[in-house]
Amino acid sequence: MKLTGAQIFWECLVRQGVKHVFGIPGGATLPIYDALPEFPIHHVLARQEQGAAHMANGYARVTGGVGVAIATSGPGATNLVTGIATAMMDSVPIVCFTGQVSSPLLGTDAFQEVDVTGITLPITKHNYLVTRPEDIAPAIREAFYLANSGRPGPVLVDITKDAQQKTCEFDWEGSEPHVAGYLPNYQPAESVYEQAVSMINAAKRPIILAGQGITLSGASKEVIELAEKAHVPMAMTLLGIGSIPASHPLNLGMMGMHGEAWVNKAIQESDLLLAFGMRFDDRVTGTVSTYAPNAKKIHIDIDPSEINKIVHVDISIISDLRPAVAKLNRGVQKSDHQEWIDFIEEMRAESKSRDILNIPDNDQLFVAHVIHDIWKYTEGNVVVVSDVGQHQMWEAQYYKHEHFRSLITSGGLGTMGFSTPTAIGAKIAQPEKEIWTIVGDGSFQMTLNELATIAQEKVKIVIAIMDNGYLGMVRQWQEMFYDKKYSATPLSSPDFVKLAEAYGLHGIHVNKRSEIQKAVEEARKAPGTVILDFHVVGEDSVYPMVPAGKPLDDMIQRPKNGN
Amino acid sequence: MNYILVAYVEDKPGVLNRVASLFRRRGYNIESLTVGHTEMPGVSRMTIVVNTDEFTVELLEANLYKLVNVLRVDNVTNKPSVVRDLALIKVAVTPANRTEVLQMAEVFRARVVDVTNESLVIEITGTEDKIEGLLDVLRPFGIIEMVRTGIVAMTRGPAPISPNPPLVEAEAHFNVHSEY
Repeated sequence: MKLTGAQIFWECLVRQGVKHVFGIPGGATLPIYDALPEFPIHHVLARQEQGAAHMANGYARVTGGVGVAIATSGPGATNLVTGIATAMMDSVPIVCFTGQVSSPLLGTDAFQEVDVTGITLPITKHNYLVTRPEDIAPAIREAFYLANSGRPGPVLVDITKDAQQKTCEFDWEGSEPHVAGYLPNYQPAESVYEQAVSMINAAKRPIILAGQGITLSGASKEVIELAEKAHVPMAMTLLGIGSIPASHPLNLGMMGMHGEAWVNKAIQESDLLLAFGMRFDDRVTGTVSTYAPNAKKIHIDIDPSEINKIVHVDISIISDLRPAVAKLNRGVQKSDHQEWIDFIEEMRAESKSRDILNIPDNDQLFVAHVIHDIWKYTEGNVVVVSDVGQHQMWEAQYYKHEHFRSLITSGGLGTMGFSTPTAIGAKIAQPEKEIWTIVGDGSFQMTLNELATIAQEKVKIVIAIMDNGYLGMVRQWQEMFYDKKYSATPLSSPDFVKLAEAYGLHGIHVNKRSEIQKAVEEARKAPGTVILDFHVVGEDSVYPMVPAGKPLDDMIQRPKNGN
Repeated sequence: MNYILVAYVEDKPGVLNRVASLFRRRGYNIESLTVGHTEMPGVSRMTIVVNTDEFTVELLEANLYKLVNVLRVDNVTNKPSVVRDLALIKVAVTPANRTEVLQMAEVFRARVVDVTNESLVIEITGTEDKIEGLLDVLRPFGIIEMVRTGIVAMTRGPAPISPNPPLVEAEAHFNVHSEY
C-alpha cells in the first residue's frame, strides 16, 4: 500500500506504541500535521519547543519508555536544543523529530533552514537526516531502538518536507533496525566477577555509590540484596534518589557538593567503593586527586567510555547493572560491618545537630521547612519534579523518596526551567500519579509560558514556588565566594497567584509555616493545577557545601543554631 | 606519545564529521587522519594518529565505539605494522645543483615525477622519519611546496587487522580491559 511520508511517520509511531507526542507545528511539518487527525495519537501543543522536549523527558522519566517531541525546521529545531542536551546529560530516551526544508533547498540557506543534524551531533546519541519517504520507517525504528537500549539517550530524526509529501510503499517488517556498529550490552568475563566478589568479601569499610543506572536497569532489588547480604551502606547520587527507598536502614542519603556530611565523610573513609551506574560527576567527587584516597574501586556501568574517565578504578564491569549485581550476589558472603556503620552513624548525629529542622519556627519561612512539610503532608507519596538551584538541593535533602522513579530532575545539564514542562509530560504519561514541582522563582519564570499548555490540556499538577526574590544558588556563591556582591541576582516576579488566575488556574500565597498544611491539602484536593507561592527567606543558603575544587570532606557546615 | 588507531566506519554522509567532532569535543589532538575505501563495499577505513597518553587512548577507543557508524577500532601502535606516509615535494633547482638533488632523491629511494628548468617534484613514500630525513637534506635547496597524505597503517602477516567480525572485537577489547 502506498502512503505519504507523513502517513508513514504516524503509522510508525503508532506501531512503536506512542500514545502522546509533544510539539509545535510549523511550515516544514505541515504535511505531518495534516495527516495527524487520521491516527490515534494525542498531540500536546507546547508553547515553546524547549517545553516540548522537556515534556518528552518527563514522559520518559516517569514511565521508562520513550518520549516524543516534534518541532518544525529552523527556530523550532534550535529551540529543542536545550531539551535535547538535558536528555543527553541525564541519559533520557527521547526521540525528537524536526521538519526540514525540501531536499532541493538543502544547503541554500532557505527560509527557516538550519543544519539541525550538525547542531545536535554532539548532544544526541545518534541523529538522522531523511530526504526520501522510503527512509522514514527505518530511521524511526532505529531511533526508538537506539534511544532506549544500552545507555539511553536522545535521538533526532530530521525529515525534509518533500519526504513527508511524496509517497512510497510502506514496509514495516523490512524496516527492522539493523545497526551494524552498535552493541548496547557487553558480557564481561567471569574472572572479572570473581575478582570483584573477593574484593567485596575482603572489604572492611565498603560503600555503594547508587546512581541512576539502578533506575534505568531496574536493579533496585538486586542492589538492596547485595547491600543487606554484604552489609554495605548506600550513598545516593542526585539521580540515584528514588532507586532505593529513603527509609531503608542502609540508605545514607545524598553524596556530593550538597550531600550530607556523613555521606561524604563515609566515602572518604571507605576502603571499597562500589560505583553502580554512576559516572563520578565533578559535583559528586570534589577534587579527584583527593577522592576516596584509601578505597579500592569497582565500577559497573553499561557505557565503556565512563570507565576511567574521571576516577581510575581497580575493577570495571561493563554491563547492564541488574544482571551484573545479580551475579555478584551469588558469590558475595554474608558480612557484618557494624563497626563501620556505627562510625557513620556517629558522624550523622553530629551533622544532624546542625540541621535546619532543629531551628525553631520563628514565623519566617525556610525552604527546608517547606519541603519537609510538603513531604509530610503528601505522605512522601508524590512524584516530585524539581527544577535547578537551591530548592533542588533542599528537595533532595528533605523530601524522602520511597518510590521508584519518584524524583525527576535535571542533574547533568542543570537546566533551569525544566520542572513545569517536565511535570506536564509526566502527568500526561501517568495521569493516576500525583505530580508536584518544586521550583524557584527564577527557574519558574524561564518556562512559565507552559501554564497555557496546562490550562489547554486540563492537566492537574501542583507547582510549589520557593519564592525568595533571588537567583538563589548564584546569590549563595556570591555570598560565599564573591564578597556578597549580589550582581544581577535580585529578581522581581509577578504576583504568581494572579498569574495563575489569568491562566484559569488557582493560586495560594503562603507566608508562614503554620499555613503550609492547609495550603498543601487545598492544593491536593483542587480539581485543577494549583500554584503555591511560598514567600521564603531571601538570603538562606544550602548546607553543607563542598566548595568547587575542594576535597569532598572539606565542607562548609551550617553554623550551629543558625541559618 | 603518538598512537595509531585504525577505524572501520560505515561509508555514509557525515561520518567523518562525527569522528572529527568527537576529537574536537573531547579535546583530543589529531596529528593526522586519513580516510579511504576498503575491500568491503560500504565500509571506509580511517587511520588516525593522535598524540596522547595510555589512559586517554583507551577512552578515545571507547568513545569511537559509541559512534553508531563506527564498526571496529584497533590500536595498532604496538602491533608489528607497516606504517606509510606519502609526500610530494617541489624543490627549487638550478642547472648547477640539479644532479645533486637527484642523487639525494635516489639515496632515499624517492621518485622524481616532474621536472622543469627551475624545479623538481619528488614523490616519497615511507615512515614519517624517512620523509623528515629527505626534507632535511632538501631544505637548503629551497622547498617551494610540500604536501603529505598522513599516515596509513596495516598490520603485518596474513591475518586481517583483527580476525573477529566487527563488534566481537569491541567486546573482546573491553573484556580484556576489564581484567587489569
